[in-house]
Amino acid sequence: MMKEQKNTADARKAAADPVIQMDQVTKTFPWGGSILSRRRTAKVLDRVSFAISKGEVLCLVGESGCGKTTTGKLVAGLLNPTEGRVLFHGADIWKMDPQKFKAYRRAVQLIQQDPYASLNPAHSIFDTLKAPLVRHGIVRTQEEALSRAKELLQTVDLTPPDDFLFKYPHQLSGGQRQRVSIARALTVNPEFIVADEAVSMIDVSIRLSIIALLSRLKNELGVTFLFITHDLAMARYFAWEGRIAVMYLGSIVEIGTTARLIQEPLHPYTKALLLAIPEADPEITRHKQTLPVRSLDIPSLLDLPSGCKFHPRCLFFIEGKCDVEVPQLTPREDGRLVACHLRSA
Amino acid sequence: MQATATKTAPILSTRDLWLEYSNRRGTVKAVRGITIDLYRGESLALIGESGSGKTTLGLSLIRLLPGSGRVRSGSILYEPDGRTQDILSMSEEAMRRFRWQEIAMVFQSALNAFNPVLRIWDQIYDTVKAHDGMSKQEARKRGLELLKMLQLDPERVIRSYPHELSGGMRQRVLIAVSLLLNPKILILDEPTTALDILTQRNIIDLLRKIKTELDLSMVFISHDLSLAAELADRVATMYAGSVVEIGPVNDMFYRPRHPYTVGLIKAVPTVTGDYRELFSIPGSPPDLVDLPSGCKFHERCDRATKRCHEEEPELVPVGDGHYVRCFSAT
Repeated sequence: MMKEQKNTADARKAAADPVIQMDQVTKTFPWGGSILSRRRTAKVLDRVSFAISKGEVLCLVGESGCGKTTTGKLVAGLLNPTEGRVLFHGADIWKMDPQKFKAYRRAVQLIQQDPYASLNPAHSIFDTLKAPLVRHGIVRTQEEALSRAKELLQTVDLTPPDDFLFKYPHQLSGGQRQRVSIARALTVNPEFIVADEAVSMIDVSIRLSIIALLSRLKNELGVTFLFITHDLAMARYFAWEGRIAVMYLGSIVEIGTTARLIQEPLHPYTKALLLAIPEADPEITRHKQTLPVRSLDIPSLLDLPSGCKFHPRCLFFIEGKCDVEVPQLTPREDGRLVACHLRSA
Repeated sequence: MQATATKTAPILSTRDLWLEYSNRRGTVKAVRGITIDLYRGESLALIGESGSGKTTLGLSLIRLLPGSGRVRSGSILYEPDGRTQDILSMSEEAMRRFRWQEIAMVFQSALNAFNPVLRIWDQIYDTVKAHDGMSKQEARKRGLELLKMLQLDPERVIRSYPHELSGGMRQRVLIAVSLLLNPKILILDEPTTALDILTQRNIIDLLRKIKTELDLSMVFISHDLSLAAELADRVATMYAGSVVEIGPVNDMFYRPRHPYTVGLIKAVPTVTGDYRELFSIPGSPPDLVDLPSGCKFHERCDRATKRCHEEEPELVPVGDGHYVRCFSAT
């Protein structure tokens, strides 16, 4: 454990104080359990470690069920870890006094995938924005609330703000609703935003405007991001100068700077993903040499493979090694971390 | 590839098709005057965002419109071998036979498309017994054959319940079931959406394989440009219930002419391509209950002129098999 913490630290840029740090976080959920079946445990996250410095973007990429949403909720303090620690500026969030914890909850905001589900349909946009402003004592009077809400709508390009303030979610398009969720996250001037599939449900033609808005928050307000997505192309676009972490069945298999990781993926899973992705360019996509996998079936979280969790599907599987030993995230010369026996040999 | 595909005869055509349905807010003009051909042996992708009318159009091809849906005018012609049938004037009985036997559809959500309490074999038998000419034994043999073709373990899968299969397996079973009665045309609505990437790749490769081996013509309905880039010979962009551009896949991706197609392509990143700045299209897709005047895209278009506000452009040729509905593109 000590060794891995050191590795993580080494791989990071000199910036000393990460805003958020996941330290060997494991999360399990009870599963089933009735007269007919025994109660089992699903290990959704397995000793996940990473750190994100001020102003940085880390994209967490993985497929459905890999644990990326759970990671987002742990970072935002909506779930507590079964083992390990989640640190905010070095302090364990679950050991903070209530005052500090409240400050952390203000500083770290979560934007979720579904803008239809995340807004209360009975609340006007103004009510939605006012609630956190009042709760956190940011405004005292109705006038202050109104003027701050207008500013926020300006920031997220819902202009003129007066056209939107007293509308209800059902009167807005999906893109506009997602802008309201972002405005709500901004009410408390967050230092860190977890964006979980924030554009996946938005129409293609307007998706980029939401990405542009998030980039502006990053560049102009210095917000630090954990950007969670299944879409590697979008991850590359948003984290062009940041890092990508690839997750598979609850473990990070590779973390590196975006350009290096995409140019030269080291983990067989990352490689298989990159070669498999259909791309919106006929020449590129029809000339891909895909990397076959040994099995298309994704193992169940209730019955995870021994050793490396990718071994039943991996083309480079080494019998007696990959199915026995769990590979550790190990640093490479270029600062990348890879958890693969092929790479550590 | 697309050049030869467009030279064969059409197997399925719509002629000035207008479809609408009612909702709480009024009449939804989901398909507005679509004339489109599917050529024998080709893959045609219908690309559009939510509310573009692409799914309504797809469903109408096998006459499965939502409850309140109706055809206002137009025809859908099926011409498999010289004879022409108008799908819209067929009797219910004839239509029941026609579906799955001539044109089959693979629906979007692979879990909801199954009856959860029936084993895969029962779903197969249900599909087959509604049509005559296949015994139980033959049905089983054909089912096993198709499951195998779709790289499933046939004996195990045929005995399974839907919930025992993964999303990718269910999607492959659905495709197998759709092929039981040897249709000539397969319509696929978002066939890879919600599947993980390695599974998507597998489904794409399998679709390619079955298309060749079974000599199918295919229609893909998707919001995903990359699926069109992978599989389509021709691509049609739909916007507000109309086809605004249609052409061979390379023309559509490398020489798009309609500002909406141009905008869509500029809005989608690639993983391995060179870095380029991306742009979104301002505004949002129009409301099909209350459509704007003139060209339905004019409110979002940076090339819009006074004429675009007043008059809706026609689909006109701009190249070999390439048509655009835009005043500024011609």
